[in-house]
Amino acid sequence: MRALILVLLAIVFVGVAQAETTAIIGATVHTVGPQGTIENATIIVTDGRIVAVGENIAAPAGATLIDASGKVVTPGLFTPYGDIGLVEVGFSAGPVDRVQRGDQFTAGFDIADAFNRRSTLIAINRIEGVTRALIAPSAGGPDDSGNTSHIFSGLASVANLGDGADSIDRRAVALVVNLGESGVSFAGGSRAAVLLILRQAFDEARDYAIHGDAYERGQHSDFSYSVADLEALQSVLAGDVAMLANVDRASDIEVLIAFSREYGIRTIIRGGVEAWMLADELAAANIAVILAPTANLPSNFDRINANLKSAPILAAAGVKIAFADGQSHTHNARNITQSAGNATAEGLPWDEALRAITLTPAEMYGVADRVGSIEPGKDADIVIWPGDPFELTIYADQVFIKGESIPMISRQTLLRDRYLDTDDTRPPAYRN
Amino acid sequence: MHSRQPGKTVRKILVVVTAIAVCLTACDFGPGDGAAEPFASRYTGLASTTTLLTGATVLTGTGERLENADVLMADGKIVEVGMGLKADGAVVVDASGKWVTPGVIDVHSHLGVYASPNTQSHSDGNEATSPVTAEVWAEHSVWPHDPGFVTALAGGVTSMQILPGSANLVGGRGVTLKNIPGRNVMDMKFPGAPYGMKMACGENPKRVYGGRGQSPATRMGNVAGYRQAWIDAADYRDKLAAAEKGKGEAPKRDLKLETLAGVLNGEILVHNHCYRADEMSVMIEIAKEFGYTISAFHHAVEAYKIGDLLAESDTCAAMWADWWGFKMEAYDGIRENAAIVDKAGACAIIHSDSGIGIQRLNQETAKVMGAAARVGIDITPEHAIQWITKNAAKSLGIEDVVGTLEAGKMADVVLWSGNPFSVYTRAEKVYIDGALAYDRNDASVNPVTDFSLGTAAATGGAQ
Repeated sequence: MRALILVLLAIVFVGVAQAETTAIIGATVHTVGPQGTIENATIIVTDGRIVAVGENIAAPAGATLIDASGKVVTPGLFTPYGDIGLVEVGFSAGPVDRVQRGDQFTAGFDIADAFNRRSTLIAINRIEGVTRALIAPSAGGPDDSGNTSHIFSGLASVANLGDGADSIDRRAVALVVNLGESGVSFAGGSRAAVLLILRQAFDEARDYAIHGDAYERGQHSDFSYSVADLEALQSVLAGDVAMLANVDRASDIEVLIAFSREYGIRTIIRGGVEAWMLADELAAANIAVILAPTANLPSNFDRINANLKSAPILAAAGVKIAFADGQSHTHNARNITQSAGNATAEGLPWDEALRAITLTPAEMYGVADRVGSIEPGKDADIVIWPGDPFELTIYADQVFIKGESIPMISRQTLLRDRYLDTDDTRPPAYRN
Repeated sequence: MHSRQPGKTVRKILVVVTAIAVCLTACDFGPGDGAAEPFASRYTGLASTTTLLTGATVLTGTGERLENADVLMADGKIVEVGMGLKADGAVVVDASGKWVTPGVIDVHSHLGVYASPNTQSHSDGNEATSPVTAEVWAEHSVWPHDPGFVTALAGGVTSMQILPGSANLVGGRGVTLKNIPGRNVMDMKFPGAPYGMKMACGENPKRVYGGRGQSPATRMGNVAGYRQAWIDAADYRDKLAAAEKGKGEAPKRDLKLETLAGVLNGEILVHNHCYRADEMSVMIEIAKEFGYTISAFHHAVEAYKIGDLLAESDTCAAMWADWWGFKMEAYDGIRENAAIVDKAGACAIIHSDSGIGIQRLNQETAKVMGAAARVGIDITPEHAIQWITKNAAKSLGIEDVVGTLEAGKMADVVLWSGNPFSVYTRAEKVYIDGALAYDRNDASVNPVTDFSLGTAAATGGAQ
């Protein structure tokens, strides 16, 4: 025990000893905060936090200076939906922990403990600027025993992609539900049944809130959901947890808007291919939309009115938007900059596109007090770029997560370097 | 009815290529003398206009970049690329500040065979009933009303190869189309283009058939399956040849062996879905064993490990910019793949395999350029454009008639709003055989397939 305490003290001591200050100087900084964009700015980082940002700020004596002259600096990118850290190889190889089947948990299924901060996906995505991610459970088809998913996939969390053991920034920030086409197979075939299940579950959660004590005393009939599920649903009713709804069709979104209003639920739409048709209604209902700006094909009958202009239309109406590509929101979450660039090319103002991949997701999940912009007091998630980060030829020079300068190495850079030198005739296993 | 007239050289090439295609079915293996080529191209395209694009940055597709240059198109062909060109009666388009490239060609598309909406009713790409289905032709599944054709057009895609899926060791014939949606596939078939034949390595065939307790269940089972198919095809070919010389009776016409023998005769080009370097290496050995060439490996995620072998066997690698990890054989994907293949002297292609990706092959290419630059491989725009034009045309056997902006070639041309490798650039005008097929700023030249009538796509929303 004493040895353990000494070790802990040593760690604390080392931690304090390393509490250096870093100053990033000379860059064009897009703060995505009240200070807007600052030319030739200085950012002071101490103990992993931003302590100052602005022009004409002198770096404190002893600070490590990082010359970013001519560079562009943005907050770390925040991918608002996906299963980074929950999957290694998606298909036929695994591990894949994003999907839960059977009835033992539904709304209360909390995915956070499956997060693997050592996954290869972490380094591959963070060296390209992604520093925070929503890790979300999702639905899957029946397994070999015929167990299926539920219209509730469970609770999503916010994770950071840093090297610390404190990967989960905030647990259970959103309850993932599958509506429309994505939910019908878990609800007997009709989307009307999806809504009935949803209604029944939240009604039961309300009942539990009132009669939970009686239930504990054995004076109330059994609930059809477990206590964990009912607790999760209550957090949604209380507004602590958002309802993250996978939905595309305009008519389903209309139903969802009414439902959210009736139950007082804070809703976020994911997918939202036809959401642009209801831009004003969504703005009025304060429902945010996570969309793939390039999803312009009618890939099913819920997406018949797919529109390449969705992002600018929604944003112009005042709807909060964020980006997640339906095809590649996990292994290639790094391509979120391409989404932002394409949304910009279709008419979304550049600043709003940057906000959509930084501050807006942080706001959606209640962590904007800590991340999402370059402001004093926030975690120092900072990316230094050699140019416009939306441009496809631009890759991050350096990424900081909570002030740590992360190694710009991934399994992919190691593979690349091994095969880059074509003059090395030794078998690959003997190189680097 | 239409004014396109092939130039001399091109016409000669077309005649030769057509003769090969006709021979394939009517001469060597066909039902008999005088039978017309079945499913022959009836492509006529749109009426072309003499058009002069002026003052552009032109990437010719031959590796050259010309500043302030003009491109003249007439009678469906490129007439000239140069400075200060004049043409009487031409529609003159001021292209100053804009960029011009050859039309984009995608060597790997399933448009029409896995059409939107992706319902079971539209699942027409995999004849997954037997490991070798060389007898099926993708063109017989193509639905010309797939909305994906016109969204691809808006991305500058003028031609594409439609392939069967990868469930089978041999999936069947692929077909190269011009991107002008017609009433049927014959209206779209690229005149004179040779057929492709889809093969697949790795996980997919062994999973599909192994899962049914059938062969192949392993990669070694895959290889046994290919070799057996080639043995049968060689036998068929030899018996036909002998019968032509009066030795023995010709075997009954067999659609499966006909296609395979077409590969052995060099008339049908092999397009081989294959991710891993070790498997691609084995496939090259099989090709040597049976005397054919693999035109391109598709999805060649590990091509960067064997650039030298690809160069040596004259096999292109068709790649994504960054897809990786969605299955085990894609685990080693790296962003620099195409650049390292290119540096090794092999033919690099960026392909899509996606109705979304096909709309932005220029962007996918740009990602590789940027990644390559970080490790000191300088891929210029004039070089990179070849990955989605000239090299793609080479792998499809149509590079003599399309894929670069050279006089006499088909006038498949894209006018971009700027550098095509910027995320902010869009295709403004797309010409196919000298006709304006798409205009971003003119709704009357935004085609809408039947399926999309009455939807957002019909009012320009999807484009």
